[in-house]
Amino acid sequence: MDLTTLTIKQAHQGLKNGDFTSVDLTKAYLKKIKDLNKDINAFLLITEDLALQQAEGADKKIALSKAEGQDFGTLCGIPCAVKDAILVEGEKCTAGSKMLENYTAPYNATAVKKLKEEGAVILGKVNTDEFTMGSSTENSAFGVTKNPHDTTRVSGGSSGGSAAAVAANMACYTLGSDTGGSIRQPASLCGVVGLCPTYGAVSRYGLIAHASSLDQIGPIAKNVEDAKTVFKALCGKDKMDATTKEYDFEEKDFSLKGLKVGVPKEYFAKGIDKDVEKIIRNAIKKAENAGAKIVDISLPSSEYALACYYIIGPSEISANLARFDGIRYGLSEPAQNLLEVYLKTRGKGFGAEVKRRIMIGTYCLSSGYYDAYYKKAQEVRQLIKNDFKEAFNKVDLIFCPVSPFPAFKIGEKADDPMSMYLADIYTIPMKLAGLPGISIPAGEVGNPLASSGHGLPVGLQIIGNHFQENKILSIAQQMESLLK
Amino acid sequence: MISKEEVEKIAKLARLELSEKEIQKMQKDLSAILDYFDLLKKAPPVKATVNKSEKPNLRLDEVSCNSNIKDKLIDLAPNKKDGYIKVKQIL
Repeated sequence: MDLTTLTIKQAHQGLKNGDFTSVDLTKAYLKKIKDLNKDINAFLLITEDLALQQAEGADKKIALSKAEGQDFGTLCGIPCAVKDAILVEGEKCTAGSKMLENYTAPYNATAVKKLKEEGAVILGKVNTDEFTMGSSTENSAFGVTKNPHDTTRVSGGSSGGSAAAVAANMACYTLGSDTGGSIRQPASLCGVVGLCPTYGAVSRYGLIAHASSLDQIGPIAKNVEDAKTVFKALCGKDKMDATTKEYDFEEKDFSLKGLKVGVPKEYFAKGIDKDVEKIIRNAIKKAENAGAKIVDISLPSSEYALACYYIIGPSEISANLARFDGIRYGLSEPAQNLLEVYLKTRGKGFGAEVKRRIMIGTYCLSSGYYDAYYKKAQEVRQLIKNDFKEAFNKVDLIFCPVSPFPAFKIGEKADDPMSMYLADIYTIPMKLAGLPGISIPAGEVGNPLASSGHGLPVGLQIIGNHFQENKILSIAQQMESLLK
Repeated sequence: MISKEEVEKIAKLARLELSEKEIQKMQKDLSAILDYFDLLKKAPPVKATVNKSEKPNLRLDEVSCNSNIKDKLIDLAPNKKDGYIKVKQIL
């Protein structure tokens, strides 16, 4: 039996039955990573010693629980991987950047701390676009992560390593982060499940900051149930992140029957791939057949979302990334004076996309331009929030595509920032409103050239109102079985 | 098209050293992106408001007594001396 194909639930059951140990499971994953990573490049760092030590600890914990006749946590002994923008104490954390190539995390992110407390096994750190800025991992300073369904194509991004690792069974689940679509878009392109929680549901302490009014940590997993298990372990208030809220995840079953599903017309306008549209329409039809009431809705301010995001995001980036100055940590270039240390270190340490966004943000915040750009974008953000607020007065959930197209060829969009930015056109609007959303596999687009013989995955996005992860997950689980 | 001088001015404000080639590419990319932002002029005016539920619960200031983390953080600095981070002369 290939242990790496098991879901969290199945692996937990196996550990419970004594069919295998966490060390067996961990070794199976480590072997899989060693076999596949040269082709996929999902892992930037394999933390073999840490993983085996944690697996041994988990096995002891499991044995003790069994001896006492007690149950043990679902995540105990289950191997995972962590996006390389999230700190794991004592391990390198590069954020996909030359700037932090030799940076060792001095503490654990709260999300990692919580997983460790659950007895998780951390296999390694997975690839990301530099400082999580991008939609393909092509912006990583350490090479692109290839799509396991077709290695000539991208895995999506920025959590491309997290999605590809799960798709290729190199980890049972992973942590990703989502600022404008960085969990859902790679999950869609790699055919796995990715949950972007409500803003404030999961602590970002220890996540290297990109745009703080948007950043959120969430799970990528093999199925919806696993994503739920991980989310439950992550959510809740953390005194180290003032935006977090008290969160008691209430397990509840919602029925598709009678559920009001909103379908925004703006998400099926020009630019969407015909085959992607067909798959999403088919998924909506299946929901309707199962008793859901399909409601046509309009989110008229959606057309402004991308422009709004690329003002607010870079403005926050230009402030957040000021900390990489060659003084406190990371790369430091020798220079004559202090100003030159800054200029040279940042000129050398940052890649093209990060520089571009710092420049956009600095421009938008500079004297004379603030009102036209940053202030205007904040107003437009309000319009977008109002759209969703109005929509959720009428519907329970929103169904729409995650990405306008399936996985694209490596290099296809790398030189044209605007065409790359369009990859997130359906994932950005709800982020600006701080809403939660999930991507679940909905079908495949034919890809005759694929060596695997499979098509390219397409994800369905399900968006809910604030802190309604339980509704999203319950319906997503039902959709998952309808779409199998 | 945004001028070379303007790119250089912004780069200086952003504390980024850019090569000639980077400046040229930046002129082109920034111009295309800023043109795209013109779309927002069409958007109706509205006042941005913060909902009560969105307001962060600010944490109380706490004095950290964890000297262990202090040493770790200073260790990460590229240039340090006697438990302090060392910088180039400022004045």
